[in-house]
Amino acid sequence: MNSILEYFSSLNPMTFLSQLPGNIAQGIIWGLMALGLFITFRLLNFADLTVDGSFATGGAVTAIMIINGSPAWLAALVAVVAGILAGLVTGFLHTGLGIPDILSGILTQIALYSINLNIMGKANLPVSYRNYDLILSASNIKMAILIGLIFAAVIIGLMYWFFGTEMGSTIRSTGSNPDMSKAQGININVAKVIALALSNGVVALSGCLFAQYQGFADINMGRGAIVIGLAAVIIGMVIGDAIFRKKSNFIIKLIFVVIGGILYYIAMGIVLWLKMPTDDTKLFTAVIVALFLAVPNLKEMSKNSFKKAAKRNVKNVKMEAKKTDA
Amino acid sequence: MLEIKDVYKTFNPGTINEKMALRGVELKLNDGDFCTVIGGNGAGKSTMLNSIAGTWPVDNGMILIDGQDVSGLPEHKRASLLGRVFQDPRMGTVADMGIDENLAIAARRGKRRGLAWGVTNAEREKYRELLKQFDLGLENRMTAKVGLLSGGQRQAVTLLMATIKKPKVLLLDEHTAALDPKTAAKVLELSDKIISENNLTALMVTHNMNDAITHGNRLIMMNDGKIILDISGEEKKKLTVATLLAKFKEVSGSSLANDRMLLDS
Ligand SMILES: Nc1ncnc2c1ncn2[C@@H]1O[C@H](COP(=O)(O)OP(=O)(O)O)[C@@H](O)[C@H]1O
Ligand SMILES: [Mg+2]
Repeated sequence: MNSILEYFSSLNPMTFLSQLPGNIAQGIIWGLMALGLFITFRLLNFADLTVDGSFATGGAVTAIMIINGSPAWLAALVAVVAGILAGLVTGFLHTGLGIPDILSGILTQIALYSINLNIMGKANLPVSYRNYDLILSASNIKMAILIGLIFAAVIIGLMYWFFGTEMGSTIRSTGSNPDMSKAQGININVAKVIALALSNGVVALSGCLFAQYQGFADINMGRGAIVIGLAAVIIGMVIGDAIFRKKSNFIIKLIFVVIGGILYYIAMGIVLWLKMPTDDTKLFTAVIVALFLAVPNLKEMSKNSFKKAAKRNVKNVKMEAKKTDA
Repeated sequence: MLEIKDVYKTFNPGTINEKMALRGVELKLNDGDFCTVIGGNGAGKSTMLNSIAGTWPVDNGMILIDGQDVSGLPEHKRASLLGRVFQDPRMGTVADMGIDENLAIAARRGKRRGLAWGVTNAEREKYRELLKQFDLGLENRMTAKVGLLSGGQRQAVTLLMATIKKPKVLLLDEHTAALDPKTAAKVLELSDKIISENNLTALMVTHNMNDAITHGNRLIMMNDGKIILDISGEEKKKLTVATLLAKFKEVSGSSLANDRMLLDS
């Protein structure tokens, strides 16, 4: 009893509040990653596991380039190109060699582990704001939030534009009806490759910003990125749909993906604030994602279940019996 | 003009599920021919249409559209020559895109798709006018997601998509079979109208013998992967279900054992 009281009195709301800005900044950066994932997961209907690798590639390229004297903006540009290349590889494995989507992504991801090690030369590369001019860093969180938001706004704007174009439309139609797309003269393989390339470019940009934010690139920084990204996409979609219902449109969806990232990191902040062991945060993430993924299905099942049908009939039979008694 | 020469197609060759679905199909459609296709379940009607569309390569033979052999082209490269409507209303449209966006995708068949807008306001106006003729109220729901439409409305949109860029050949595969009788009649009437107004060359598979007789200027019957009857001109105009059944028996040596066909006719 005493220990529980002790536990609660040791939780200082101020600590949580003081950590909130940091959570928001990280949430925005991961929100960018989720925007990339949105392209493959939602629009193309392709579970792309490349992202765990391409996120780290973005960080690795950024760190090594900045350390070697390149300006941070150039490093970011090259990081995006590296991510695009990673996406092209997955695209080729899938469309060119006929390897199933999930496996194609896993193969690229594994290959990237070695490539990322080669890029960095070792497993961890520090890039401190003390030594280099960075785009953003955790040393100035307000600024990091602002810059993160600018990046998010630009990416959202670009995505809104691109997916409204003829080429962008081919990606959306390929994702939701490949047969119809072929019948309308769309080369669905090309559409898939473009989507994978763009998605991983955005993911690598997110990795680039995250490495600068935390002050180092690490070979494992992308581990589980797909799940965090999915968490952001799904939390954002569920909440966006709940608020806007049928009025939701494409740009609102994109904005809510970033909001999903922020909410996810705030939830993470709460978990850490409650002093749950840090080792368990991945478990927590998996549970969150499983819950949010399950929501639409559970809703459907509760509307449409055998148990319900059985109960209804039992009830009806009883009512009939009562009537005949009376 | 469409020419099919000695086309063969076997599914799952060398396995226990091997099925020779087309066995030397020969067909020549003249420009403006509207040809209905009948035949029992599994006769190879859909397989013939799929081989024209290029769903997969055929094992033997040639398919010529306007004199050009297309049998070496993948589906998306033939698409500019063809318009298709499938049986399942969900097949021909993208559910989570607007009516306007679906039509715009179809209007760009055979064109390079770049970074221009996927659908422009000028186009929307054009589509609105086209949809008005359908009299389904779709012209006021241009940006509504196609997934919200009924089966008949979706099939009407697919029909417009298939013909918005005049195809060399229009392929209709039991495109009214999934609709209730009233809607089916309406969609069939629309098909007739579009085909005659644009003087399209068309192949229409149907399991309804009456429809096959009353529509088009030509009728073919398939059985066991081959075309066994080809009726056109005055003979087609005089055709009745009874004569058709008798002819089938005469040509194939068995009676048409297809309940669905008999019931519907
Ligand atoms: N993709 C396929 N794979 C294997 N068998 C197929 C395939 N498509 C059609 N078939 C078989 O080929 C035969 C002809 O089918 P189909 O052309 O669909 O007949 P229908 O005249 O009823 O449209 C059937 O026996 C069918 O089972
Ligand atoms: Mg069929």
